[in-house]
Amino acid sequence: MVLQTEVVFAAIFCLGILGTTLGFALGYAAKFFKVEQNPLVEQVIVLMPGSNCGQCGYPGCNPAAEAIVNREVAPTCCPPGGKVLAQEIAELLNISLDLSQVEEAQPRLAQVDENNCIGCARCLKKCPTDAIIGALKQVHAVIQDACTGCEACIEICPTECLQMHPVQVTLKTWHWDKPALPLAA
Amino acid sequence: MAEYLLILVSTVLINNVLLSKFLGLCPFMGVSNKLDTAMSMGLATTFVLTLAPVAAWLLEHWILQPFQIEFLRILAFILVIAAVVQFTEMAIRKNSPVLYQVLGIFLPLITTNCAVLGVALLAIQEDLGFMQSAVYGFGSAAGFTLVMVIFAGLRERLAVMEVPPAFAGTPIAFITAGLLSMAFIGFSGLKFS
Repeated sequence: MVLQTEVVFAAIFCLGILGTTLGFALGYAAKFFKVEQNPLVEQVIVLMPGSNCGQCGYPGCNPAAEAIVNREVAPTCCPPGGKVLAQEIAELLNISLDLSQVEEAQPRLAQVDENNCIGCARCLKKCPTDAIIGALKQVHAVIQDACTGCEACIEICPTECLQMHPVQVTLKTWHWDKPALPLAA
Repeated sequence: MAEYLLILVSTVLINNVLLSKFLGLCPFMGVSNKLDTAMSMGLATTFVLTLAPVAAWLLEHWILQPFQIEFLRILAFILVIAAVVQFTEMAIRKNSPVLYQVLGIFLPLITTNCAVLGVALLAIQEDLGFMQSAVYGFGSAAGFTLVMVIFAGLRERLAVMEVPPAFAGTPIAFITAGLLSMAFIGFSGLKFS
């Protein structure tokens, strides 16, 4: 079949209209069917980092925000958010807070202590990004570029040779310090 | 009326979407571990599977055929099915939070269920009318739910049975699915006169 110009234009036109209409319809439906949430939860969600890293133990930032508002966990539960986030949330929810426990978040990656690694290969299976290389009875190593710092491998290590270390400053990872701002009051 | 009944029987038993056409096998194996999840998956799919051939019929006869762009059928159908599923999810979330909790993740996953697109395409292929398409969709969905429930029941029993170690778990489930499919092929002997 030879495609005629009209058919091509008709196709573009029809699918364009169809997509736009459906898009608008869904957009309006989303407004129309909006489910009222606790407004405090929504405010906290805006403050959260939103990367859904799961380090707080909740499946994502939204459930964590809900838990914080329900006072199930302290606002300090978010490592990426650090002190500033904890303070902001505490102020919003009007709760007192012990900030001395919170260490300033700083990117940390897993590293294998070669002297203690027994080559049990348990950590290999745990790593979600396949950043750990090695085989049975071979000393393992962590590929720093592939490690996301999720800490999934730390617990499984029987000899505690997997530890989180601050990222080494090299020519590749060095960057300007952020401007020193006073903590949001 | 007899015609609709015929379509219903044909789609539920004879041309069962799972066991004769082998569409939508991922939820068939994936969420048939428990009876209640299988049931809710069946319900959610019923909803979408009834709407999809209707939407597909409207699209086909009002847009694709008049403009002679039937070659875009699959693309257009997927677009509409995705929108219908999204809309269904929002409506259910607003109107029945309990049902939303029950269906959970299964609802958005239906978008990618090949049975939905397959049934819509088959309904067009068989040149059905508007109401016939709706019945066709509903019948397929009822057949889907029926088989899901039967299979989930079987698997729940299998879980407490003494299965030879080599077959334990998924292999015995596959064998069961095969036997079930053979049983459903028996329905193709049904004759209407």
